[in-house]
Amino acid sequence: MKDVNSIFEVLGPIMIGPSSSHTAGAARLGKIARYAAQKDIKKILVYLHGSFAETGDGHGTKKAIAAGLLGMEPYDERLRNSLNIIKERDIDIHFESKELEVNHPNTAMIIIEKKKGEKVTVTGSSIGGGAVTVTEINGFNVELSGDYYTIITKHIDAKGIIRDVTGILAEEGVNIANMKVVRGYDKKEASMVIETDEIVGEKVVDKIKKIKNMTDVIYILPIKENDDV
Amino acid sequence: MYRSGKDIIKFCSDKNIPIWKLALESEVEDTNSSESEVMKKMREVLKVMKKSSTAGVKNNRKTLGGIIGGESLKIKKRLESKDTLCGPLINKAMMKAFSTSQHNASMGKICAAPTAGSSGIIPAAVLTVMEEFDLKEGDALKGLLTSSAVGKVITINATVSGAEGGCQAECGAAAAMASAAVVEMLGGTPEMALDAASISLKNIMGLVCDPIAGLVESPCSKRNASGVVNALISAEMALAGIKSVIPFDEVVEAMYIIGKDMHSDYKETAKGGIAGTPTGIKIKENIKNI
Repeated sequence: MKDVNSIFEVLGPIMIGPSSSHTAGAARLGKIARYAAQKDIKKILVYLHGSFAETGDGHGTKKAIAAGLLGMEPYDERLRNSLNIIKERDIDIHFESKELEVNHPNTAMIIIEKKKGEKVTVTGSSIGGGAVTVTEINGFNVELSGDYYTIITKHIDAKGIIRDVTGILAEEGVNIANMKVVRGYDKKEASMVIETDEIVGEKVVDKIKKIKNMTDVIYILPIKENDDV
Repeated sequence: MYRSGKDIIKFCSDKNIPIWKLALESEVEDTNSSESEVMKKMREVLKVMKKSSTAGVKNNRKTLGGIIGGESLKIKKRLESKDTLCGPLINKAMMKAFSTSQHNASMGKICAAPTAGSSGIIPAAVLTVMEEFDLKEGDALKGLLTSSAVGKVITINATVSGAEGGCQAECGAAAAMASAAVVEMLGGTPEMALDAASISLKNIMGLVCDPIAGLVESPCSKRNASGVVNALISAEMALAGIKSVIPFDEVVEAMYIIGKDMHSDYKETAKGGIAGTPTGIKIKENIKNI
């Protein structure tokens, strides 16, 4: 029993087969990881958990994740050939089966190493019908669907920093749809996950990056947007 | 606007419109888009369906698990020999359903209708009837709109997922949607469309989801072929004036209750049923060793 917003949820999605959860959802997870890492990807390690590990080969899960990491949509015909394309781009990709401490059977942890050695990790699950939920980015517990434009900050837990960030967004006329603030175990580093209704330009992200005590800011484009491969 | 079969019948009768029109008007309202935007998307769906239901006939791309392949071509050859048991309509429909199933299993582009595993049924029904009855693309689009209304009601009140409700939910919903589409395309009433949908669901009520090795190949592709035949005979019954004894909404609820009661071995986990047979397990092991 679930609500249906559009008939194209019933007659859709248009996708590369064979499985909405193991193929289309996997591609979406790869795509979110690509957004988190942005450019200059050198090496990728993907841990596959549960059914992704057990039946992933028969569902093209690896190809789908690689396609997402290249920026492809779940309906992109090049998805079938993504492992070759990623090799041509000189990106080293490796998959391993691993029991992860997660609840959902269709889960992948994607660890990206960038050209300058910087690491980005994204863990997410495919929850059915091609929908996904990302539960971890760079060690922070998050919960995002990829349906919204999302800003994720990493900052020193200092008074007023939330006001500074939301202030900038308000000035730019950006409406916040959902927001979550989490603090790391050491109580020093914290993170904000802000889902917004509007697409936030890079200039605004740069402004947020310059706030005192801000250590890093990444943004995830809404998954529906097309992206160049 | 509508959330049940009862709603569909009421709105259609109050406004004196067919189901496709109700589906279109609701979609415009629910998604804040124009009629032409909705129709554009639906044409895209039909385009993908046309391709997937013919690609598998000629395309010999191997399926991921290698369990199935070539069924569509075999039916085509039999069709061409004009020496068939079930005649051109049924064989054409099976050929198309097999085609989409194979296309899906070999990483081709398909439209989940309502799922990837059952994606062969609706295209096969709608396109076969369109071709065999010399209908226009517009009629096929009306059929698809009708099917989407039925699928929406099943999703809201039950499930269309094999993992949640077994094959009766997945191929059952697809056949119900397809039969309603066919009734609409051939000039039946909204009541007849829902009768056809009810009959389709009842015909495979209780069917388990037991894919060998957990892959969308066997018995899935044959259930797509039998699913479209189920849809066509259900539509025929409804168009002949045969009514479903039990109303659509009650049939959907019964299917959902069975789905919830079904043991998890029979819900896409590849443990029970056909997947759990000695041969099924052997195939799984062989795939693992590749």
